[in-house]
Parts: sequence; C-alpha cells; structure tokens
Amino acid sequence: MTGDGIRLLAPDGTRVAHPEHAIDLSPEELRSLYRDMAMARRFDAEGVTLQRQGELGLWPSLLGQEAAQVGSVRALREDDHVFPSYREHAVALGRGMDPLGLLRLFRGVDHGDWDPEEHRFHLYTLVIGSQTLHATGYALGLAKDGSESAVVAYFGDGATAQGDVSEAFNFAAVYGAPVVFFCQNNQWAISESNEKQTRVPLHQRAQGFGFPGVRVDGNDVLACLAVTRWALERARRGEGPTLIEAFTYRMGAHTTSDDPSRYRDAAEVESWRAKDPLLRLERLLRAEGAADDAFFAETEAAGEALAARVREGVRAMTTPDDRNLFDHVYAEPHALVDEERAAFDVYRAAFAQEG
Amino acid sequence: MAGEQMTLVAALNASLRTALVEDPKTLLMGEDIGRLGGVFRVTDGLQKDFGEHRVMDTPLAESGIVGTAIGLALSGYRPVVEIQFDGFVFPAYDQIVTQLAKMHARSRGRVRLPVVIRIPYGGGIGAVEHHSESPEALFAHVAGLRVMSPATPSDAYWMLQEAVRSDDPVIFLEPKRRYYEKGEVDTRPAARPGPPTARVVREGTDLTLVAYGPMVATCLNAAAVAAEEGRDLEVVDLRSISPIDFDTVARSVRRTGRLVVAHEAPVFFGAGAEIAARITERCFYHLEAPVLRVGGYHTPYPPSRLEDEYLPGLDRVLDAVDRALAA
Ligand SMILES: Cc1ncc(C[n+]2csc(CCOP(=O)(O)OP(=O)(O)O)c2C)c(N)n1
Repeated sequence: MTGDGIRLLAPDGTRVAHPEHAIDLSPEELRSLYRDMAMARRFDAEGVTLQRQGELGLWPSLLGQEAAQVGSVRALREDDHVFPSYREHAVALGRGMDPLGLLRLFRGVDHGDWDPEEHRFHLYTLVIGSQTLHATGYALGLAKDGSESAVVAYFGDGATAQGDVSEAFNFAAVYGAPVVFFCQNNQWAISESNEKQTRVPLHQRAQGFGFPGVRVDGNDVLACLAVTRWALERARRGEGPTLIEAFTYRMGAHTTSDDPSRYRDAAEVESWRAKDPLLRLERLLRAEGAADDAFFAETEAAGEALAARVREGVRAMTTPDDRNLFDHVYAEPHALVDEERAAFDVYRAAFAQEG
Repeated sequence: MAGEQMTLVAALNASLRTALVEDPKTLLMGEDIGRLGGVFRVTDGLQKDFGEHRVMDTPLAESGIVGTAIGLALSGYRPVVEIQFDGFVFPAYDQIVTQLAKMHARSRGRVRLPVVIRIPYGGGIGAVEHHSESPEALFAHVAGLRVMSPATPSDAYWMLQEAVRSDDPVIFLEPKRRYYEKGEVDTRPAARPGPPTARVVREGTDLTLVAYGPMVATCLNAAAVAAEEGRDLEVVDLRSISPIDFDTVARSVRRTGRLVVAHEAPVFFGAGAEIAARITERCFYHLEAPVLRVGGYHTPYPPSRLEDEYLPGLDRVLDAVDRALAA
C-alpha cells in the first residue's frame, strides 16, 4: 500500500494490481463511472457560478473529490442508506436525487426538504460530525429488523476531531452496526490541515475502537468502488463497521465564502492537480480503447445540458410564502405557534391595506 | 478627536491585541483563528504577532475547546475562545452549562474560571442553517455565566476588555451583521468606561425602546422614523444581558411610561419576557400600557430568503410602538 492508500488505477491511467481488492468492470461500467464524475464536476462548477452571480447564498464545491464520491456511492445497493455531510453532491446525484433539491438549500429557500426515504439519501448535515451517530443508529435499526441493508456515513477529516464521531465509532463497534464510515480526507478543514486535527493517519483510528480501517486512494474511482463494496459486504455479513479513509484533495475553496490563498500553497494544489480523478480514468479509457473522442464529446454535451437545466431551475425558484415559517414546527397542533401565525396574519393584512 | 474610526471587527481585533499584550496569561483558542484569522477575521494577524502558543488553532471540536479552556483556566490562564458560529456552540453546551458555569459555586469561591466565549450571533447575513441563531436566553438562564453583547465598535472594544478581565466566565455575543459597521473607538486606557451597564443611546419622552446587540441600530432607526411623525422615543442599549441593569431601564420607563423590548431571539421565554416582568413589578404605577415585546417567532430560524419576515425589522418595531402608544 502506498501512502496514498489502496490503489487500482495510477495517476497515469495504468492499472495497479491488488490482491484483495481486484475489480473487474466492463467498458460500459467504466464509461458510466466517468460520466458520473464528469456530470458531478459540471454540476459543481455551475453551483460555484450561480453563487458568484448571486443566485445562491453559498456553495461548497466538491472539485477534486469526484472519484471518492462516485466510486463509493456506486458500491451501494438500492436499499442501502446514505447519511451525508454538506459536500456530497456527487453522492446525491448517484442516489438519483434531483440536483435542484440540493440547490434549494443553498439558495436559502428551504433547509433541504427532500424526502430522505425516497432515495435513501438523508438530509444534509451542517453541524460537523452529527450524522455519523444518526447513521449508526439507523444501521442498528436495520440490523434489529433483520434487514440486509447497510448504511454509509460521509464526513470530512476535520469531523474526526468531534466527540460525536468518536462516539459513533464506539457505538457502532460495540453493537456491531452495519455502517461504513466513509471519511473524505481532503486534507483541509477550512484553513486547518490534518496536523491540526489529528496525529495519527485517520484510518488507524478504527483499530482503537475494534474494527478495521483502510486508506484508499480517493482520486482512484476504481479503488473507492472496490473498497466500499468490500466494506458493505462485511456489514451485510454482520461483521460490523468499517472506516474508509479516502485520501483526496479539496481543489477549490472550502466554500464560496472562503479564500484558500490565505492558508495554503499554490504548489500543493498543483501537485494534486496531477492526480486528477477524471483525467486518470480518461487515460485508462483511451488506453484500453473503452472510449473514444465521440464519447467524451457526448459526455461534455450532457454536462452542459445538466448545467443549463440547473441554471434555469435555480433562476425559476421562487421564495416560499412567508407563512411557511409556521408550518411543520411541530407534528401536532401547538397553541403558541397557532397564536403567532394568527398574529402574523393580522399584521400582514394591516400592511397590505396600508401598502 | 480622541478616537479612531474602525469597524466592529477591527475594534474586537484591537481589543484582543491589547489583552494579549497586557497579560501573558491571556490565550486565544478556536477553529481557524490562526493563519486564516477566523472566518470573520476577528483574530487577523494575531497568531503572526503572538505565536502559536498564544493564538491556538484548535481541532474541530467545540466541547474539546471549551473543556480544554476550563483546564487552562484552572491552571492560571485566561482563555478567550472563539466559537465559529452561534449554531455550533451546542456541542460545547454541556461543558459550558454543567462545568464552566458551576465550578466557582461548587468550590465555594476557591476556583475561578476567567474564560471568555466569543460567539458571532444573530441573523441578517443571508446564511445557511445554524449560522443565524440568537441563543442568549439559553445562556442567561444559567447561573454563573455573564452574558454581554456590544452594539458599537467602541463597546466591542471596551466590553471585550471587561470580559477578559472578569474572573467569571463570559459569553460574549458579537452581532455579526454589524461586524463591518464603523464607529469611533477611543482605545486609551483613560477612556475605559468600566463594566457594561445599560446606556440611554437616544433620549426621548414618549416611550422606551430597549434592545441590545444587533437590534440597537434597528431601534435607533425606528426612533428616527418615529420622530418624523412627532414621536419622541428613548432607546436604551442593555449591553449586558446577564446581569441586566434594571435601574437604568426602570428610570427610563418611569419617565416615558411605556416600554417595548426588541430582540432577534424568539419572544417566547426570551430576554424580553424577563424585562417585561421585572419592569412591570418595579414600575407598575408608572406604566401607561402593557410592556410589549418584538422578536423572533417560535419557529426554527428560517431559510435565508425568509429571514426578513422572521427578523424584527423597522416596521415590526414601529408597529409595536404604535400599539403601545395607542393603549
Ligand atoms: C460543529 C461545527 N463546528 C464548526 C463548523 C464550521 N465549519 C463548517 S465546515 C468546517 C470544516 C469541516 O472540515 P472537514 O470535516 O474536513 O470537512 P470538509 O469541509 O473538508 O469537507 C467547519 C469548521 C460546523 N459546521 N459545525
């Protein structure tokens, strides 16, 4: 294993053999992995642009993390569940989510109100690390029901410093919960590098809690797929949790509000550019004759079409009625909320008259 | 002019710098406060000048930050902690409420915990979830904590000095939507105003408007608009939310006979309820109208496109003023 972790595809696009995690994909499967990564990248770029144009309040870019997200989500079965953080846009697309659902949250018209059960993709979580516990509990529930579904929790390297994440590791280990902890180590938690968060390679944490942890090259979509598949199979066999550390890099800013030039070197960014996940798979596809120029042109056109749909969709989003404020605060009637809603209506009506 | 024009952020930065210079036991701790200077740049340049031992980038763990600050304080340091956003203080809430607030009393005064917890708070910046909350009542309700919130750059500078010097734990709430507003700040030691008491920031005779933090500017605007309609409103900035300087508020209400309290936090069980109750007890025979409150609803802080409806703006303050004057 190199420092970058388990690898099946080298940056130059050549295959690397691995005794335990070999993977055999058809040319069509390889092309579809590439397509998903390319679509995610195009979607993400549109998110950045829309924020710059004032259409979104904020956008956390996934640039550089396409392989980690697409590879891992591809390993899931339809009935598995995802508990994401807030940068998992490619995972969302991989689960069949409507991209506009994600954008509504970042436009500020809702807090992310998709149905978590529809695509078994739960709500984005902005409070760092919280969702790892929810994922563990959900996995426990599945296990108690005798289900063979598993759960994947996504989180960042910074999140591993939170107490919640350690508690999730421990609960999952103690109960043998069928959960895969998928940490995208993109090297940065806003301005703080790994050394400020942890003194041990993250995947090694798992050992202290009593379950396996592995590092995988997070820019290698084949390795991410193979290793996540392996971890999910362990979960289904009742062998408990696994921690996967996908070693990758956040190529862009933390979010559109952040200026990374204040805290990291351009040279570091450049060194990671050479490991680009899309370019890597493109090289393989071309070398093995699995895709030609026409395929890449087609994929690009599909990306443009997605971007156009997204752009149009975002611009068409209207601000919800302000009375929505009072909806769904409680599942059952609540006298105070009813009273405040009524007062709000009176106030608004008075304004409308004056107006 | 004795002072200098600066933004609220610059005033906080200058205040922290002064604290670091004056006392080698003062430490800053928080996420991204070093090289980045904090997400709002309040600690900009301080790590460069004071080093990593005094301006500490912490792991991403609020409970860890506050719990460690407690230990540092027990060993003689004076930590000033930054919580990145209001909504992220809750992982540390256990340490703050069950440990930080209580050790002094438990030890019958033997233990002092001079910890300051700085929190950018409140809405109005178009942010996503958990970035716009007003948790002051949750802290003010806990005995052992002091809670304060400056409204101007000068108060930001001086109140933070008071917070750092205090031997009690202080929750220091910074009105983030006022971060880039400018005001005059006189940083000379002779200008030190002393512990924050409530201040009449605009004199008036018809009604008292009480506010703190981000709502002070809103209330001053409301008073200016009301003045055009011939209404003379007094505006009181509390500055300290625990303790509250009820004497100043009561004096004002005895003169004006009417009181409206405005804050961004939900009205239900909020600071306004406490003020209304106390002032009613103290000024019952001077009041010509019930004390009214303006604030957030009993709903989660909404998505940003709806926050203007949620936040008490000029119109809602004036509406309450109308109702109080009509009574
Ligand atoms: C409890 C909590 N504290 C602080 C923050 C502010 N914050 C948002 S993202 C972030 C860094 C997260 O880093 P990491 O876990 O590595 O994930 P990445 O953003 O790199 O994907 C911080 C500190 C937060 N969202 N939640």
